[in-house]
Amino acid sequence: MPDHILEVFRYLPDSEDEPRFQRYEISYRDDWVVLDALNHVKDQHDPTLSFRWSCRMGICGSCGMMVNGEAKLTCETFVRDYDTDTIKIEPLTHFPVVRDLVINMDDFMEKLPTVSPWLIREEEAGPEDGEYRQTPGQVARYKRFSMCINCMLCYSACPVYGLDSTFTGPAALALAERYNLDSRDEGQSQRADVVTAHEGIWECTYVGACTEVCPKDVDPAGAIQMLKLSYALDWAKSFVMPRGSKRD
Amino acid sequence: MTREWHTRLPRFWWLRRATYFQFMVRELTSLAVLAYTGLMVWALFATAAGASSPGFFDFLRTPLSVWLHAVLLILALYHTGTWIALTPKVLVVWRDDERVEPDLIAGYNGTLFLIVTAVVLWLVIG
Repeated sequence: MPDHILEVFRYLPDSEDEPRFQRYEISYRDDWVVLDALNHVKDQHDPTLSFRWSCRMGICGSCGMMVNGEAKLTCETFVRDYDTDTIKIEPLTHFPVVRDLVINMDDFMEKLPTVSPWLIREEEAGPEDGEYRQTPGQVARYKRFSMCINCMLCYSACPVYGLDSTFTGPAALALAERYNLDSRDEGQSQRADVVTAHEGIWECTYVGACTEVCPKDVDPAGAIQMLKLSYALDWAKSFVMPRGSKRD
Repeated sequence: MTREWHTRLPRFWWLRRATYFQFMVRELTSLAVLAYTGLMVWALFATAAGASSPGFFDFLRTPLSVWLHAVLLILALYHTGTWIALTPKVLVVWRDDERVEPDLIAGYNGTLFLIVTAVVLWLVIG
């Protein structure tokens, strides 16, 4: 059982004015992820340490934190992969910290529904018409963007969001593109107001870090660039075809 | 109501990650493109004025001009390369139900850029 030092961000607003780092010396097992190490600290060393987690298998998106300055899902990040003796763990950047490693995600949760992330139909078919069918090829066009688990790592990696929190942000915009690309959806023009607003796609300067940190390979940066192209084309088409047209 | 801790992005955030640094370099190299556009505008006016405005043509003969053009060319080529690398993000092409490989899209665009550049050079120098 090799040794590591966990240097953990602590913020206890009820008793302390400022955050600080607390060091925990642990012996870890080779199959431990960072979340296991944190749970070990909480169980064996310090029950006051607060952090979010749930599924432990990279699905729920709860355990996102900064590990040595990099936004990571701690349930997928192995301790053994860090050569350094000390692993520094901080809450996701760009979000207000409620306590220790727990962030306030209200801003993100409020932004998600603004892009209308559901199927919009001009005329809803009745149950007697059956389900909306898709070919595997039609699914393939949006599937990548549908894999988002709302872990917010992309917001944490995005300097645009860090500088201006009014930015709609990578995950919400990728979700908009996921529905715009869905052959069953007819809501691209209805999403335009939010997606093409100043705080929407045009605020993205394509740094690309959101795509790098995404644990599900969603490529939010790519989705935003595709949105820019499609809405720019819609704008151009509006001059020659006032009724517009939806992409294939 | 619990007091929340708010952090601000540090001034040198762009040194914290290679991607951030590359982004800043990409954005800054656009200034080279702007500077060269300025040179071209100056060249247009000087050419229109002909012999009555020798300043620009005298400047072209100086070592400073040669160095400036060399540096601007390198920076502009780098900037162009970043945009060619971006093309697969925007141009997502499907062949039947398979996505065309992003490297292929960037490769086509890069090749097209080289061909157009070669044609322009041939027209100007050849």
